[in-house]
Amino acid sequence: MQTTISGKAYVLGDNVDTDQIIPAQYLTFNPSVAEEYKMFGKYALSSVPPAQSGLPKGHVPFHTKDEFVSDYTIIIGGKNFGCGSSREHAPIALDAAGIQCVIAEFYARIFFRNSVNGGYIVPFETGDRLCEQICTGDELTIDTASGKLQNLTTGETWQLKPLGEVAPIIDAGGIFSYAKKVGMLKA
Amino acid sequence: MSAMTMTEKILARHANKAEVSPGDNIWVDTDILMTHDVCGPGTIGVFKHHFGKDAKVWDREKVVIIPDHYIFTTDKLANRNVDVLRQFVKEQNLPHFYDVGTPDYKGVCHIALPEEGHTRPGEILFGTDSHTCTAGAFGEFATGIGNTDAGFIMGTGKLWLKVPPTMRFVFHGELPPYLMAKDLILAVIGDIGCDGATYKAMEFDGDGVFALNIEERMTLCNMVIEAGGKNGVIAPDKLTLDYVNSRNKHKKSFEVVTTDPGAKFCFEKVYDVRKLEPVIAKPHSPDNKATVSEVKGTKLDRAYIGSCTGGKLTDFRAAARILNGRSVKIDTFVVPATSEIAAGLKTESIAGKTLEQIFLNAGAKIGEPSCAACLGGPSDTFGRLNTPISCISTTNRNFPGRMGHKEAKVYLASPLTVAASALTGMIADPRDCMQ
Repeated sequence: MQTTISGKAYVLGDNVDTDQIIPAQYLTFNPSVAEEYKMFGKYALSSVPPAQSGLPKGHVPFHTKDEFVSDYTIIIGGKNFGCGSSREHAPIALDAAGIQCVIAEFYARIFFRNSVNGGYIVPFETGDRLCEQICTGDELTIDTASGKLQNLTTGETWQLKPLGEVAPIIDAGGIFSYAKKVGMLKA
Repeated sequence: MSAMTMTEKILARHANKAEVSPGDNIWVDTDILMTHDVCGPGTIGVFKHHFGKDAKVWDREKVVIIPDHYIFTTDKLANRNVDVLRQFVKEQNLPHFYDVGTPDYKGVCHIALPEEGHTRPGEILFGTDSHTCTAGAFGEFATGIGNTDAGFIMGTGKLWLKVPPTMRFVFHGELPPYLMAKDLILAVIGDIGCDGATYKAMEFDGDGVFALNIEERMTLCNMVIEAGGKNGVIAPDKLTLDYVNSRNKHKKSFEVVTTDPGAKFCFEKVYDVRKLEPVIAKPHSPDNKATVSEVKGTKLDRAYIGSCTGGKLTDFRAAARILNGRSVKIDTFVVPATSEIAAGLKTESIAGKTLEQIFLNAGAKIGEPSCAACLGGPSDTFGRLNTPISCISTTNRNFPGRMGHKEAKVYLASPLTVAASALTGMIADPRDCMQ
């Protein structure tokens, strides 16, 4: 994991489910094929209702200049981020769109596992209701070791929760690299 | 040794440990790994990428492949994905594949698994689909995973898990004829919220649960994921064992595991089912609960009866009881979950008419067994909501866009309530039209 994650925030609300992150009609792309992996970036967050897209105002498109990759690199969510289906295409879509981490109050279990075990994005947790304190477009920076989050636009700072027991898997880059590191799989 | 819940006991046995406690991180052995056409190609990609192009799965008897999501579509990529599964099955010489266009084709994986004898008490089932939790109805630990986890299991047979604390839901009393398991689970989800069981096991207990048939118990466990649950589980009884033994074609041995007396639950809620009312989940969340009487008269454009949640024979019997001899007022789609259930529509009858005749005479359209419009899918999917209409459905999820159009409104209800509503084109209470 890089020591600093910086970029523009895209803010969403509570219960952003996997159908909103990547609608089922696009699950026909195979993420194991590089050209198709890209397509998940194009359709990432395409089923979020417009009023909830890019809070607090809403109606902010996730993609601006590039149709595959977003200008935003950090997603701020509320409670139960990634609920719904087990589709790994959800964290893949965020990764393909250039998202590096999500900061939410807590995650649905399978989305969290997929993010960590697949090594796509870092799922940070926060004790603060950041989706009501950070605005879409704010410039953020996170020191990943200390968990210090800074809003460069407003000067505010927060302390994120420690990654805890999944930190070694995230550090290794996913479950396969982790299993090799601890000797469960041949390196 | 301290008392354990059945979820803890199953996990401990599969980790070769005498005991485990909630919060422990353990590596467990897999009894069955299931994948389908939507997540199978990605899983196979992960497996080959990490274990090599010529690698073999850890145990070919334990891998079950069930294409079910995007089957009856002209979408080229969807059809290509089934070809990816075919190629893999051939390469690996896998015995449990239910291919499209052959007599082996089944339909929705969560119903096909028990029908084909792949669910047994005390086992661990992982599937690349969130509704894999359905199989907890057979007294096993069953949960949904992603492609990476499934690819890891394909190569090793193992996965790390955090042992969940168990919540207990006790149902007392005999279910009135106007209620179904769907009402019970929608009531639970409404009470605890769609994150109320996040990272937790949900165990169902009480005489009200054991009075339910196997399909209804599957409906209860099926929707635990809608409360964020890791797994749902019901202790096996004679009904479970009779079902499992009659389907256990390969005579695999299994061990019944039940909760120890004195085991700790992190939460307990008791329901008297006789006091419950028909329940509905309003758009756009499965926990947006209302009683049917509160929303009666809400205008609808479509009714949908199908999916792993509401497309079983019990569901169709219930709907047919209401629709028999009547006509629907709105487009009504009937989608049997599996080919076995589709065959049942032609053989099961009420007052001399088959269920199929009842549905067709009422003006409903019957589709081929598959997941169909439950999760939207390609635009030519049977029953898909391609415009922002209102639909009442026996399916499991109603987040924005779930059944197609992101501004469509989906109301989740029991097959009785959906059938009653189809007759009037408005949300209707089954108590007003039971025959």
